[in-house]
Amino acid sequence: MELEKKISRKKPTYFREHQEALYKSLEDKHATVEVDKSDPLTTRMTLNMGPQHPATHGVLRVLMELDGEVITKCRLDTGYLHRGIEKMAENKTYQEFMPYTDRMDYISPYSNNVALCMAVERIAGIEIPERASYIRMICCELARISSHLLWLGTMIMDAGALSYFLWTFREREKIYDIFDEVTGHRFTVSHSRIGGVNNDFTPAAVEKIRKFIREFPDELKGWHKTLDRNRIFVDRNSGVGAIDHEEAIAIGLAGPSLRATGIAYDIRTFEPYLHYADMDFVVPTRTEGDNLARYYCRMEEMAESVRIIEQCFDKMPEKGPIRVDDAKKSYPSKDEVYYSMEGLIHDFMMTDTGVCPPAGAESYHAIEAPKGELGFYIQSDGTGHPWRLKINSPSFSNLQGLETILDGEMVADTVVLIGGMDPVMGDSDK
Amino acid sequence: MNTEIRDNILQDIREYLGDDLLELNMKQTYPLLLIPRKRIHDTCRFLKNTLHFAYLNEIIGADRFTSEDRFEVIYHLVSLRDRWRLFVKVLVDEEQPLLPTVSDIWKSANWNEREVYDMFGIRFEGHPDLRRIFLPEDFKYYPLRKEFPLLGVPGSLEMPNTTPDHD
Repeated sequence: MELEKKISRKKPTYFREHQEALYKSLEDKHATVEVDKSDPLTTRMTLNMGPQHPATHGVLRVLMELDGEVITKCRLDTGYLHRGIEKMAENKTYQEFMPYTDRMDYISPYSNNVALCMAVERIAGIEIPERASYIRMICCELARISSHLLWLGTMIMDAGALSYFLWTFREREKIYDIFDEVTGHRFTVSHSRIGGVNNDFTPAAVEKIRKFIREFPDELKGWHKTLDRNRIFVDRNSGVGAIDHEEAIAIGLAGPSLRATGIAYDIRTFEPYLHYADMDFVVPTRTEGDNLARYYCRMEEMAESVRIIEQCFDKMPEKGPIRVDDAKKSYPSKDEVYYSMEGLIHDFMMTDTGVCPPAGAESYHAIEAPKGELGFYIQSDGTGHPWRLKINSPSFSNLQGLETILDGEMVADTVVLIGGMDPVMGDSDK
Repeated sequence: MNTEIRDNILQDIREYLGDDLLELNMKQTYPLLLIPRKRIHDTCRFLKNTLHFAYLNEIIGADRFTSEDRFEVIYHLVSLRDRWRLFVKVLVDEEQPLLPTVSDIWKSANWNEREVYDMFGIRFEGHPDLRRIFLPEDFKYYPLRKEFPLLGVPGSLEMPNTTPDHD
């Protein structure tokens, strides 16, 4: 009796309106699948997956209505990782906000730093030195490899093979070590500064990156060998979650998921930033639009990233400034701060007020983050704080597409599809 | 991309909107149009069907904190054919925060409009599923409005018990 009382009391009573609205919305959703009602074994049920589920890569909640094994309709419930970083941005200077972007797409923090700094540089009209932009490019491509490695490990783990997770994490560990050497942090790097980067490559860091790009293509080849013709893997992914290019544009997919349908929309070629216009690389695309196509796109992107890093090392100037030498636009170097009065004042001013874009300016800048287009729309009121800062995050767009893609798929493919879409909830929930 | 095609696009927009094109801001990298509320739906349809802005990237809400036309909603469109971006802005009044939905033109407007509704309380008429997207339905405030405090409103959300034997 005691136990029964306890169990009955454990019904969730909080957020009642939210729960009711979510279930009602699932009722209302137009079903896109014709179901054979004459089948006597058909069983209808509503399945609730997540938010605490290891395959949802964070805290995604999927609410689906099943007919046997087929998902007739589904709803995604996001927001479990909502921290309101757009609100926080309005109360911080631009440079103060930069470390928060590390926590958005926490799989590839370097790209987020660069995206924010470049958006601020565009609205404030700051040109960064050449060497700094090459450092940014190299690190962004490393972040892309790191992000795709995590995707590869977890997606194949979702499909049933555990060993890839260990192999990809061994490679990720090398990238962590590189970031440790370059930036001083392994994970949340916060290396980019408005007007450049924090510090230059050390010789040890250059050696580590060169060693990594020398050895990594062999690893990649090995994975291609064991996966491309792997019967279980191909059967599990081929034709799963297939979507054509018109639908993909309509539902607003981003990044590799969009390119897997045949649309070569990559910001690095769409409107080249940094020095991507001088680089020789291809944007991998596929036309099938299924999960296997997404796999091929990301695998090829990793190989292209290695090529880009090699070219960056060839074209990078040997020496040079890594930050704008203008105290109104960027932090002074630490040497100046410690040994000169002006340096100290400028450092204080940058921390207190920071960069002030012109009042009334509105600007957008996007980069190609590993998961797709990551853009910042900034409205300035002339102070050091943004009036409004809107984050256009790729995971948000992809999750919206996932809601459509999941309709009509098998329930067992849900985890593979979430893995193939590669959402990061910190990015989507802001 | 050459400037001729871009000029043609802008010319087409000018011709289509006529006097309703309240402002055309070319000071930033991408053009920013300001149009009246009542023209937003047909302009969006025109931009998509005639000028090939097939990809709706995001919908941005902003609070200007003025007594008239307090909110603005910015539609960020991409033309994959002409490799160009376009921003279309409408102003929304605080008294009647209501806009026609564009989710029948671009499916991807669905979640973006829900986000604007969640953060600013602007309702979209005809939206198929207008629920809050990040915050629970029980939450009665719109957090990105300027008057909402940074630290939140204490007690605005009921939280689960942290002690297991709590009644």
